[in-house]
Amino acid sequence: MKAIGTFSFSRWWAMVLKEFLQLKRDRLTFGMVIGIPLVQLALFGYAINTDPKHMPTAIIAADRSEFTRSFIAALERSEYFRIIGELPDERAGRRALARGEAMFVLNIPAGFTRDLLRGDRPALLVEADATDPVATGTALGSVEQIARSVVRKDAGGALSYLAAGEAPFGVHVHRLYNPEANSRNNIVPGLMGVILTLMMVLMTGLAMTRERERGTMENMLAMPVRPFEVMAGKVVPYIAIGLVQITLILLVAVFVFRVPFMGNLVSLYLAALLFVAANLTVGIMLSSLAKNQLQAMQMTVFYFLPNLLLSGFMFPFQGMPGWAQCIGNVLPLTHFNRLVRGLFLKGSEWWDLWPSIWPLMVFTAVVMAIAVKFYRKTLD
Amino acid sequence: MSGEQAIDVRDLNKHFGDKHVVRNVSLQVRRGEIFGFLGPNGSGKTTTIRMMCGLLTPDSGSGTCLGFDILRESSQIKRQVGYMTQRFSYWDDLTIRENLDFVARMYGMKHRRKRVEATLEELGLTERANQLTGALSGGWKQRLALAACMLHQPKVLLLDEPTAGVDPSARRDFWEELHRLSARGISVLVSTHYMDEAERCHKLAYIAYGELLARGTAQEVTAAQGLSTWMVHGEALGALSEALRGRSGVDQTVLFGATLHVSGKDGAALERTLREATAGTDCRLERTDTGLEDVFIHLMNHAVDRTGFRK
Repeated sequence: MKAIGTFSFSRWWAMVLKEFLQLKRDRLTFGMVIGIPLVQLALFGYAINTDPKHMPTAIIAADRSEFTRSFIAALERSEYFRIIGELPDERAGRRALARGEAMFVLNIPAGFTRDLLRGDRPALLVEADATDPVATGTALGSVEQIARSVVRKDAGGALSYLAAGEAPFGVHVHRLYNPEANSRNNIVPGLMGVILTLMMVLMTGLAMTRERERGTMENMLAMPVRPFEVMAGKVVPYIAIGLVQITLILLVAVFVFRVPFMGNLVSLYLAALLFVAANLTVGIMLSSLAKNQLQAMQMTVFYFLPNLLLSGFMFPFQGMPGWAQCIGNVLPLTHFNRLVRGLFLKGSEWWDLWPSIWPLMVFTAVVMAIAVKFYRKTLD
Repeated sequence: MSGEQAIDVRDLNKHFGDKHVVRNVSLQVRRGEIFGFLGPNGSGKTTTIRMMCGLLTPDSGSGTCLGFDILRESSQIKRQVGYMTQRFSYWDDLTIRENLDFVARMYGMKHRRKRVEATLEELGLTERANQLTGALSGGWKQRLALAACMLHQPKVLLLDEPTAGVDPSARRDFWEELHRLSARGISVLVSTHYMDEAERCHKLAYIAYGELLARGTAQEVTAAQGLSTWMVHGEALGALSEALRGRSGVDQTVLFGATLHVSGKDGAALERTLREATAGTDCRLERTDTGLEDVFIHLMNHAVDRTGFRK
């Protein structure tokens, strides 16, 4: 192989230039680089809010007192509930729920205040429209706490015995799905990995198969360029794209969504570069296996879905069954999500992050080995 | 360099799955020779060419290209061979100049910019150098492709159906260029479907179902088949063609508009049959030289499909 066998910087650079020129003319891809992160951030950050507020709430008050009034006022102050009015009876309450006029109906039974003062631990009934458990979960969780704080405030002097010890009354609610406390802080950093996975795998997958599909691969194989130079040249623009997207998401997360960033910026970029490398190798591997761009797309989706569902991005990792956690632990996104959430919310240091870093390294090395094995140097 | 042979391959074989697409193909191309490679679609021409420049690995066989082993030294071969693919294979989303520049960088050429500009000028594309390549017409794409694969000044050109879909005047210019290159000592292996192009080659090879059936100069190939050919002028030649088929001495009939070519190996029997068939009609018989087209149709009809393709 002699001199021809060694890596040629100028041939690699020729590849890099070519890729950038093609990228520059590919308006759609260019748009996707900026557009996908922004749209996803807007959707997950604003539209898809698992912690909704101001949900319409109706009251059936069979008992009126100072206490119930301040309890209702406290519900409204919590911002979870918006009181839409009083209803005469249970039947009207059911109808409001069925029609979607109210998400919650708060039923204060007759003699509630009297029983409360006697220390009989009366119960409030909260009926919830449970079609979207995620939407109502947090609000329901807050009812009991609101009740307790109202008692503590109102029950001065003679009633102080009520504030001490266990709750002076019960709140009966349907305990539904309970999401992690602040969904936006959790989801927005998680989006970084989701977007990088989608873009990096898809774009490298397409980049190689496009050459094969258009017949330009044959031309390139007839030139004295080495496979590694082709791959390394093709990957550079996507690393650049990855860095742009990381920066974009970071800026939007911190300045628009006010997600706290407690960690170290350098650590974040290093972790992200490692994650980008893992996904680029996946993209190259898929493009070696796929015969055309359509297959590359299909394989990308096949790879992307488990990443989305099992990485702890959509559903809490701890809530998944053991076998799903096993699959999740193989996926790079799982580890990257832990890294990013650690960096954003916990301010983790490198040694805290190590348990999530080495799996990414192993994954990259293994997939790279597979990709190189399958890369076709000839047209065979 | 091994003497006068630019390309010398022996007993090349290639299978795709259980299909035997190239069977014991041997051919030699001398330095400065234009070698025509003919055969029907799917006969193994492209596969053979790809094996010569290292794009495909032969299952068996051996050979050299410019003295380099086609199995072990494909990277050296790639530096000195220009390969023009059947399908236009430069980047549509790069400009003409960017394409040439990319190729020049790939071959690590010195004075890259000067060479690219000189090529653009030769092509007459200097004005349009910043246009996207995808916007070029078929003829221009073909000229660009030839210029691009000539950019690194290769000693051997492998051209896979370079003139498919190109108009006659552009084809004529193209062949004049090939002869100029050949005069400079560049060897050209070119596959084609056009008979007029076949006749402009120094040497020919005919391949069908992966087997090389004939080889040599146009005269040698024609003579080797030992065909006698008669031309029939007259009316209702279609009916006559039908009537002649299968009769003694008649191996094939080919209609050429106003004339019918009838060929056969047994010249005497052929003449007898023809005289009988045309007696009493106003058809006129004329003995003619067997043309390449007659020969190739004959070869094609008598080739046996052993590739494993279902017809």
